[in-house]
Amino acid sequence: MRHVDRRYAVVLGVLAVVTAVVVLGQAEVLASVLSGGWSAWWLVAVVVARGVVVWGGRVVTQRFASSTKASLRKQVLRGSAGPSVRAGSVVTLVVKGLDAVEPYFAGYLPQLAVAAVVPVAVVVRLSFADLTSAVVVLVTLPLVPVFAALVGLHTRDRTRAQWAGLAVLGGHFLDVVRGLGTLKVFGRAAAQAGTVRAMAGAHAASTMRTLRVAFLSALVLELVATLSVALVAVPVGLRLLHGGVTLQVALLVLLLAPEAYLPLRSAGAQFHASAEGLAVLEAAAAHGPPPSASHGSPPRGTLDLILPEGTDKSTPSGTACGQPAVRHAVTVTGARAPDLRTAEIVVDRVVVRYPGRDALGGMSLRITPGERVALVGPSGVGKSTLLAVLMGFVTPASGRVLVGGVDLREVDRESWLRQLAWVPQRPTLFPGTVGENIALGSGGGVRDVRAAAAAMGLEHLVDAEHALSSGERQRVALARALVRDDARMLLLDEPTSRLDSGTEEAVLHATRRLTSGRTALIVAHRPVMLGEVDRVVAFG
Amino acid sequence: MPAVVAGVAAELAGIGLMTTAVWLIMRAAEQPPLSALTVAIVAVRALAVTRGGMRYVERLAGHSAVLRHLAEVRGRVYDALVRRPLNGGDALTRLVSDVDSMQDALLRCLLPGAVAVVVGVIALVATGFAWPLLVGLLVTVCVIPWAAHALAVRHLRALAPLRSALAEQTVVLLDGAAELTAFGALERELAATGQVVDSLAERERRGGLGAAALAAVAVGVQFGVALAFLLSGAPAHVVLGSVAVLEVALPLASAAQRWAEVHGSVRRVREVLSRPEEAAPPETELPVGRVGVVGASGAGKSTFLRQLAAAHPGLAKGVLDDAHVFHATVEANVRLARPDASQHDLDRVAALVDLDVPWDTVVGEDGDSLSGGQRQRLLLARALLADPEVLLLDEPVEGLTIDHGDAVLHKVLDHTTRTVVLVTHRLAPLVDFDHILVFEDGRITQQGTHADLIDTPGYYRDRWSTERLPVTANSRR
Repeated sequence: MRHVDRRYAVVLGVLAVVTAVVVLGQAEVLASVLSGGWSAWWLVAVVVARGVVVWGGRVVTQRFASSTKASLRKQVLRGSAGPSVRAGSVVTLVVKGLDAVEPYFAGYLPQLAVAAVVPVAVVVRLSFADLTSAVVVLVTLPLVPVFAALVGLHTRDRTRAQWAGLAVLGGHFLDVVRGLGTLKVFGRAAAQAGTVRAMAGAHAASTMRTLRVAFLSALVLELVATLSVALVAVPVGLRLLHGGVTLQVALLVLLLAPEAYLPLRSAGAQFHASAEGLAVLEAAAAHGPPPSASHGSPPRGTLDLILPEGTDKSTPSGTACGQPAVRHAVTVTGARAPDLRTAEIVVDRVVVRYPGRDALGGMSLRITPGERVALVGPSGVGKSTLLAVLMGFVTPASGRVLVGGVDLREVDRESWLRQLAWVPQRPTLFPGTVGENIALGSGGGVRDVRAAAAAMGLEHLVDAEHALSSGERQRVALARALVRDDARMLLLDEPTSRLDSGTEEAVLHATRRLTSGRTALIVAHRPVMLGEVDRVVAFG
Repeated sequence: MPAVVAGVAAELAGIGLMTTAVWLIMRAAEQPPLSALTVAIVAVRALAVTRGGMRYVERLAGHSAVLRHLAEVRGRVYDALVRRPLNGGDALTRLVSDVDSMQDALLRCLLPGAVAVVVGVIALVATGFAWPLLVGLLVTVCVIPWAAHALAVRHLRALAPLRSALAEQTVVLLDGAAELTAFGALERELAATGQVVDSLAERERRGGLGAAALAAVAVGVQFGVALAFLLSGAPAHVVLGSVAVLEVALPLASAAQRWAEVHGSVRRVREVLSRPEEAAPPETELPVGRVGVVGASGAGKSTFLRQLAAAHPGLAKGVLDDAHVFHATVEANVRLARPDASQHDLDRVAALVDLDVPWDTVVGEDGDSLSGGQRQRLLLARALLADPEVLLLDEPVEGLTIDHGDAVLHKVLDHTTRTVVLVTHRLAPLVDFDHILVFEDGRITQQGTHADLIDTPGYYRDRWSTERLPVTANSRR
């Protein structure tokens, strides 16, 4: 229940009370009408009230579930929008996974509130009408959770073992289907067909063993509920026979007794929905800010992440560490970045730790203002990582980067990034026109964008929205950097790697323009780039 | 079928329980001799037990039938995929979850539907086709589910573009997060995605209104029928019995809604099952000797290897770029290549590739619990165990350090005397190869030996010179 905000809890409480009133009223009216008391038209009033409660309840809970989902979605997006590599699981969670919280918020929780209020109301009303029946209900009602718990306790270990087995079996089919290509290559596809059927059959048999037990608690619930109705109806009937109670009271008892058990049954039926919803909520909490402390070691394959709120978790830096960090992206407080027109950049024995290996190997490098440096070396040695470190995307495990004598970790990220222009290895194209893509994050006017596009030979594509070739993408990225007038340093990651020799010449020309008068760090794979720089630094 | 029978029995017992109990009380009020009530008293108790028991039987029988059916469907889906593979991991994941959704279609839609129809017909016969019940059943069994289905279909159709917009926006946001941060545009993009999220929520809220109204209407109909019976002077047990009968039909609205959601899954599974056999793979000539394949990423190297494997089943095997590691032991994964291999064979290939993981280690989903390098060596060991005519190796030492990778690859090449086709981004291993193919933009643009290629301007020579640079560079120009 800790996921529920207080307002919704109040709303659910009110709904449950109103439901209880309607349930009692309906039984009252039916008993009275059938025993010849009130006019039948009272029934109309009660049914209208009930319809309104059903409608209102569903609208309110649905509204709340939708808003909760929306805010969870935003929270997950904000929390995971960093250069993490595993986009797939987040996309699934955001688009589809979070739907599982809807049955939890709009189905299970309201039902739980009703189950807490209605049985109590029914017992109280019954005790005024017919104490004996009230006692019967009061005694049998706790049997439902008690028996369910007993059955659950008795079978818990077995059920758990079987569910664990089920997960393996269930995953097997997906696993085999995913590996079908591999099976085919090794000529094992046909042989596996039998195994798939056998596994699926075993899955079915094993599931049934689990269900036979799992349904027992439902059986107990059902039996207690129906037997209690019999236990109430028969004695009341007999007492009625001897004039011990009035017909109206007897009918009221008969109509109310089942209502005491119904909410418990409904809540029980929605239990699995709640389990799935809760699991998704946990997953969402793990993604969203604030970053959970348990994720200190990043998952396989991700960098030690960069998002502003996650910075400095591995390094005991002096600033603002004790306070809960500011959670908004790109608003980390810090010293204003030194002006790169005059400030020197010093990379001082930097090591970046990836899971399982280290990169950069304690490298040091000094870049003076206006200098153009090429980085060369085999793949995987850490050239792109160095660019990421300079942008503050990756925090070094040891060593530091100084900008004009100030540690980069203490520099205000926003003002620092404003001085950089980055051309990544695989530029992302965002939805929209090429022009909008070029204008990304720059205040530049239409003319600047057109000029940058023209410089990269893209003027005919400015208004285009269709897919671009990899060479065109690369040029969009270069234009994106070019349009950033105020950028003082360029970080180019293999700017010509995906270009054919024709466009390469154009891009070289543009790069020359881009770098003139600016500091530049260029990761180069092809020798042509080396003619454009002042210095070549070899890695490896 | 037994599930429907048990379900009908359970519902009838429930209705009978209510009707008999009401009859019992109404009759008792007339103060007849006790003997007039004995049958009813026994019936109430018996029906109470029957209802619970039959519900249990229904659940078990329903699940058992559905699970057996799904096992069969899984087998057939597998056969269909062997005949003609489905491209893309997402499509596969969806297909597998589609098969799972069929469980819902059967258990939550068709079973309650069938039970409600049978119970309704029996109730109609029992009441001599009383018109209030007939109308009530028509509305709750046909009209309301139909309307719920129509609403749900419309709602889903309205949601679909918003959902795909959200998916697209999310992918862009996550893939481009580094660039957005660097260019100071992350906040703006988050806000844009937030707008999509909000309009999705708004749409969901509106969709909920119709369903909520239908639920209210269903309750109204249920008691409207009772009122009609009441006004026409029917006895109390018929009035309340009709309420119990219509109670059975109430869940059909949500069943119809669910059907709208899972119907697509059922259709997609049927489509996969009925797809014709795949066209024969394109003819690709088998190379001979040691062949290197190089080119930028996305230039068509991996596709070329997969075509070779598809065109020459049984002859060309190896480590392809989509090679899968099964969630099983290391041994099962390697032995897959040759089930009858001896322990000696296994140990030999493991030694060749430095595979240092114990044979009985369970590797996790797609090798998740192995390191990248271990996973790669497992794949290599598997390929070597198969010992094919043509050994296909797509970046076989990716994930190993450069030195270790070179050493492992060297041992593998030394060991095998067969034809080898090696895709690599490092050119050093190709120096003594018989033939090298250079791929650019999906086709071969250059070929020849290493010596030929470094004499010709182009991709290979450029790459070679930068690969060699670290040894010579670090000079100030």
